[in-house]
Amino acid sequence: MRTFHIGGVHPPENKITASSKIIDVELPREVVVVFAQHIGAPASCIVKKGDHVERGAIVGQATGFVSANVHAPISGTVTKVDKVKGANGMPCDTITIASSDDDHENDLKAIREAKPIRSSDEIKALSAKDIIDIIDNAGIVGLGGATFPTKVKLCPPPGMAADVVVINAVECEPYLTNDHALMLECPDGILAGVEMLMRAANVDRAIIGIEANKANAISLLRQRISELGMNGISVMELMVKYPQGGEKQLIDAVLGKEVPSGALPISTGAIVQNVATAYAVYEAVTYGKPLVDRVVTVTGPSVERPGNYRATIGMPISELIALAGGVPTDTGKIILGGPMMGKTIVNIDAPTIKGVSGILMLPESMSARHPVEPCIRCAQCVSACPMGLEPYLLATLSRYSEWEDLEKEKVMNCVECGCCSFTCPSSRPLLDYIRLGKSTVGAAIRARQSQKK
Amino acid sequence: MSIISAIIVLGGIGLLSAAILYVVSKRFFVKEDSRIALVEELLPGANCGSCGRSGCHDFACACATADSLDNLVCPGAGEEAMKKIADIVGLAPTASKPKVAVLHCYGTCANRPVMAEYDGPSSCAMLQTMGAGTTACPFGCLGCGDCVKACRFGAMHMDPVTGLPSIDPDKCTGCGACAKTCPRHIIELRDKGPRGMRVWVACSNKEKGAVAMKECSVACIGCGKCVKACPHEAVTVTDNLAYIDPAKCKLCRKCVLVCPKGAIHDSGFPMSAADMAALAERKRKEAEEKKASQSDSQPKD
Repeated sequence: MRTFHIGGVHPPENKITASSKIIDVELPREVVVVFAQHIGAPASCIVKKGDHVERGAIVGQATGFVSANVHAPISGTVTKVDKVKGANGMPCDTITIASSDDDHENDLKAIREAKPIRSSDEIKALSAKDIIDIIDNAGIVGLGGATFPTKVKLCPPPGMAADVVVINAVECEPYLTNDHALMLECPDGILAGVEMLMRAANVDRAIIGIEANKANAISLLRQRISELGMNGISVMELMVKYPQGGEKQLIDAVLGKEVPSGALPISTGAIVQNVATAYAVYEAVTYGKPLVDRVVTVTGPSVERPGNYRATIGMPISELIALAGGVPTDTGKIILGGPMMGKTIVNIDAPTIKGVSGILMLPESMSARHPVEPCIRCAQCVSACPMGLEPYLLATLSRYSEWEDLEKEKVMNCVECGCCSFTCPSSRPLLDYIRLGKSTVGAAIRARQSQKK
Repeated sequence: MSIISAIIVLGGIGLLSAAILYVVSKRFFVKEDSRIALVEELLPGANCGSCGRSGCHDFACACATADSLDNLVCPGAGEEAMKKIADIVGLAPTASKPKVAVLHCYGTCANRPVMAEYDGPSSCAMLQTMGAGTTACPFGCLGCGDCVKACRFGAMHMDPVTGLPSIDPDKCTGCGACAKTCPRHIIELRDKGPRGMRVWVACSNKEKGAVAMKECSVACIGCGKCVKACPHEAVTVTDNLAYIDPAKCKLCRKCVLVCPKGAIHDSGFPMSAADMAALAERKRKEAEEKKASQSDSQPKD
């Protein structure tokens, strides 16, 4: 079985919700739509207070190349154009849409009676550019958590061309099972989406990378591929190791190629897309449905009803938590995403956004940091780093503000996977310092580049 | 016998080295402006960089070679020292107003609700990258003391009661190291003011009034009462936050009295604003009474 070559750790999997089906959450009557749901420039608001919007209409227009459209998740009236506190407590630009009874009924009817807007022949007739335009209009972003606009990855810079699409179905984060559930329930949609991505990228080969702990998904997808006769697509079983879902690690695992330092992953000829993104592409092309909902795993060791919920984007996080039985009394931390890379939130009333793959409620006993001990130079962090960096050194340099040395030690290559902090026997806050260093050095590099221009 | 040879050899090496050092020091002697050393003595030697030079020595060199001292001011040395430096280099001193750091936040532990706990490394910069911090206010002080660590003059310390940095105006030189370090940009260098009297808005919250009130009990709500009260048009409200222009402020402190949230602070005044107002009121009444009694005593024609 293949995996990536440098570093990596084996956190306890804790996939509590692995066998639970996707539960459709009732369409909310009021949503808060955030304009900065993706990496890159925030979308600009094109509606004003009092406007009536239809479900799926664009409310935020993408600004610039690396940006994505934002759509109305429900029909209704724009009641507020305001700043609302996001999950991290910082105010962000939003609109609030509230639906009347008629709007609500219409939406429910439209969802019940959703029909393909393109026949299979029409889909076959679409050119690569057509598909990319549909993806662009539908505001699809990477649903693995990084929310990088999908169309940007499909348009490689001049001089570079893709030869394979790698589908990221690794889901290496502990606890999260949203991709797993989607693969079990919608394999045909995913495979159709993969085929569309292959055509958009102009390649005839796609590899779906799945970790061995999702055996039923692997066999199901393999079976459907042979039944549907999709010769270009193959499923690759990968060894269970964190952070295999990282773009560079996945390319290493699947293709055996290393992305050079500072280069784009496309330089290896691979375009990596998440499996949920492929499904969103299928829905956008076939049903004309923009990205207005996603599967979210709500989980935790003491959560009453953990599960995979298909949630409308824009509904409050607290509502999803309520569906799962509320916040357990022993909760120490609520994390958006998985326990390794997820961000702790301070505001549970914040709206869900496209990048929310999971809501994890960890008990205090598991979430509290251990007391920091001195570094014993065991170099476990060096062995664990999947990017071949020296985390102890980066953390120390960052702590003493040695930004130039930090840049020389390639801090910008860090993928912030957290393997170093996870493995440190002295529980040193390595990633905290490295992240600080990375943001400082990144800002300095950007300032230097803009000065050159 | 061996000891004598050792003395001869080592002594010889010593003499030879001394000769080489002597020749080199004469041959490569660099004549340095003697004023540089004199100027450097007057500088604080903290190498804080607030003058825009790479350190105190560099600043001294620049002073010695400059044509005018217009752009050469060491805030750390103070006005007296700058006058002496001007004498040494034979140039006219630049008149500069002394500055002092003020904190645009008074979200003490009692004033701001705590929303989260943070058990990571104590650093404001790190906390800032994570979002709003531990309190409800996403604009105010983060309380990890990055500014205190940045201060080279020992003018700041974290007040354990308020959880905010406290600035000693006597020690603060106005070098601005703290203002540059603060990731929330809530420290401003303001004119020290006559006899240290100054007025400022101790808040950075840009939320609308209702939200700001929830976030902090002493937050500026942008009501604009201070703007109306100010007779000198020194106060402006932008993004629901008041700002007092130190250039226009005449230190009357009418704004301090009208602020419903107590967000406008003053310092260096011999009397509090309320006492001052009471005194003015009393004097006004006395004057009125006097006037009235005078007009009563005057015979009516």
